Amino acid sequence: MKNSYIYFFFLISLLGCSKAIAPVDSALDQQILHFGNGSEPQGLDPHIVTGVPEHHLLIAMCEGLTIANPKGGENLPGVAKSWTISPDGKTYTFFLQEDAKWSNGDLLTASDFVWSWMRILTPSLGSQYPDMLYYVKGAPEYHQGLTDDFSSVGVTAVNDYELKVELTNATPFFIKLLSHYSTYPVHKDTVLKHGTIDDRNGQWTRPGNFVCNGPMNLKTWELNKEITVEKNPLYWDASNVRLNEIRYYPVSNESTEDRMFRAGQLHVTNVVPLEKCPVYIENENPDLRIEPYMGTYFYRVNTNHPVLKDKRVRLALAYALNRKQIVEKVSKCGQLAAYSFTPPGTAGYEPDTSISFNPELAKSLLAEAGYEDTSTFPVLEILFNTQEGHRKIALAVQQMWQQNLGISVQLVNQDWKVYLAREMTGDFQISRAGWIGDYEDPNTFLDTLRPNRGNNKTGWENQEYDDLLAIANSTNDQALRYEYLNQAEKLLISEMPIIPIYTYVKAYQISSDVKGWYPNIIDTHHPKFIYLER
Amino acid sequence: MLQVILKRIAIAIPVILVVASITFFLVRMAPGGPFDAEKVVPPQVMKNLNAVYNLDAPLLVQYKDYMFNLVQGDFGPSFRYPGRSVTEMIFTGLPVTLELALYAILIAMVIGGVAGVLAAVKRNTALDYIPMTIAMIGICMPTFLLGPLLVLFFGIHLELLPVSGWGSLSGDKILPSITLGAAYAAYIARLSRGGMLETLGQDYIRTARAKGLPEYQVILRHALQGGLVPVVSFLGPAIAGLIGGSFVVETIFQIPGLGRFYVEAAFNRDYTMILGTTIFFSALIIFFNLLSDIAVLLMNPRARSEA
Repeated sequence: MKNSYIYFFFLISLLGCSKAIAPVDSALDQQILHFGNGSEPQGLDPHIVTGVPEHHLLIAMCEGLTIANPKGGENLPGVAKSWTISPDGKTYTFFLQEDAKWSNGDLLTASDFVWSWMRILTPSLGSQYPDMLYYVKGAPEYHQGLTDDFSSVGVTAVNDYELKVELTNATPFFIKLLSHYSTYPVHKDTVLKHGTIDDRNGQWTRPGNFVCNGPMNLKTWELNKEITVEKNPLYWDASNVRLNEIRYYPVSNESTEDRMFRAGQLHVTNVVPLEKCPVYIENENPDLRIEPYMGTYFYRVNTNHPVLKDKRVRLALAYALNRKQIVEKVSKCGQLAAYSFTPPGTAGYEPDTSISFNPELAKSLLAEAGYEDTSTFPVLEILFNTQEGHRKIALAVQQMWQQNLGISVQLVNQDWKVYLAREMTGDFQISRAGWIGDYEDPNTFLDTLRPNRGNNKTGWENQEYDDLLAIANSTNDQALRYEYLNQAEKLLISEMPIIPIYTYVKAYQISSDVKGWYPNIIDTHHPKFIYLER
Repeated sequence: MLQVILKRIAIAIPVILVVASITFFLVRMAPGGPFDAEKVVPPQVMKNLNAVYNLDAPLLVQYKDYMFNLVQGDFGPSFRYPGRSVTEMIFTGLPVTLELALYAILIAMVIGGVAGVLAAVKRNTALDYIPMTIAMIGICMPTFLLGPLLVLFFGIHLELLPVSGWGSLSGDKILPSITLGAAYAAYIARLSRGGMLETLGQDYIRTARAKGLPEYQVILRHALQGGLVPVVSFLGPAIAGLIGGSFVVETIFQIPGLGRFYVEAAFNRDYTMILGTTIFFSALIIFFNLLSDIAVLLMNPRARSEA
């Protein structure tokens, strides 16, 4: 009988429910942003975590020397109100905001940056982003344990509000790096109160312990449910922050996120479900946004493979793909056909490369490589991680190569970690890959294919390419630099160790109540500019 | 009875240790490691990370260290979530999963039990065929279909209930509980119908009727106890299954339960988390099976005398 009461209670609760007020409606007055954040963040320590959900949280709660410009273009002042660069481009002097404070009220000074950069470069911390500071003089040597004297690293607090940074080479994109969370300061006393400088498991990032210097403060953190941040009244620019609270939901299931948005539980989604995107485009969904994104979807070629080491074969494979058809008929979510590795428009850089769809040329290249009779061409494998979108693209590529070149390809899908392990050990022939830039500059793409870079994975090495990048990154003249990078890009495309397929777009849904949110190629939307208004 | 319980516990301990050992070596045999990512971790950093988590020691040494910590109740730190221990994560997700499982099993028992008993009593009538057909559909319909259907209808079209969450918005626990409970309600309906039919054919029921007892008393006082024995023996594995299998419902409804941690740990190669949750679930399954066996012993005199 007791159970019957519960059953009765459920029925009554269901029938008794009236139309609920959607959270996005009640959020307007209180300025609470409901944000779909993809997945549960690994943590909130800016020197340890990697990933996009973590990035969303950290730009709200902490701040580096500069912040990314929400409208694109040059970075804006962050903790540094201004800076000067020496004529040789190797010495940067940052002048810090004098009213910059930590969320516990302590003053934020230049020595906080020195200590924080020492922390991320401490080898035993096991940070995965120390290379963001490798441009600083002496930083790689310190991180690799060649010296334990941090004074040899080119970062010095001249006084409380002046920070001097010396670089090994002129690095024109250095200011852009400084909005990345790995370069953020952390509060020394708080970190040390809960562990040592290299403690990965310190409890300083928990609510109640967390101290940082951004426009928002950590309020609550319920694992796999919600992270709430609230306005930080001690932030130096607090008077311009209009949001009172942001609630981040780690919704990893795209369909769930879509339903939450439709039910008024979210203002912004992280993605749009693959199958819904073409439908929303067709129905002209007013909340749908499709914006260029600084990422490239490509096929990585193992140039150590006996057949694929011949660049004519690689070029033939690239020319036999109709990229336009792939983006229009297969991916169908506004992606742009890619003819370069670096997405066009990255920090004003426009790669001058082309990859024509030319089956005849492709066939003749294959014939030149000794495969006039394509029946002698071995069956190649395309490796990809299990995901419907990747499978569809692989199927289209398989069909295009069969149709345009007469060669057979096998599709091999693997669990994410197995796929990564196979790529890393070179146990693949052609594999699906994607690269999202860490900062807005062509170097974040082109650098990956230099010899001895872990992310190269193709086995392709080219001295001329390496030299061009080295020259480009030591010149201070941006136009000249882009010219060198363009030459490198052309060389890369003429060798085709990677076959670009499309440039990513960021497809998501956003409520019309959200203002101060601008499209930008790095998909960074700093909370201090966002507010709600209907 | 006490002897039976002690015997079962004595068997459970080596079972859990064997499960832990097999899982330990299986996860290590799987390709890929916890720190592999699309952006390759530099060798120096990987070396540091392996040192931090004792992954640079020989495998047998790691096994010995893990088992040594395990018997002291220490599941170790999560590799995926720095600063979180596996124990903390299990006990964060567990109450939510248990609550969800409890509501689901209550719904399953009430709906399934009533439908099954009614179907048995009104055998070969519409009251038998209709609930049993619905039960069959319920068994066949996967939660990943039922959940979104309920959400579309009650959440998006009628706007009566929240489409996701757990304890954040009023009424957000209703749809996930129904979704998870539905399939089990169907099983219970079929089991209780079968059990009741068998019991209703027994001599002691005929005796009760011959004494002139009203039919409702025959069913409630005499038939029900015997008729529900199959349901009770099903409940142990069912609750364990609900807890372990709640992943899909937790994902559909964005519920911060243990199921999501478990599955994500496997994808992330979060070694300690996979081990911790596997061992914990094994212990739970053993515990609920034991509870259900005890309940059967209490309800069934024949089983008691055999024990």
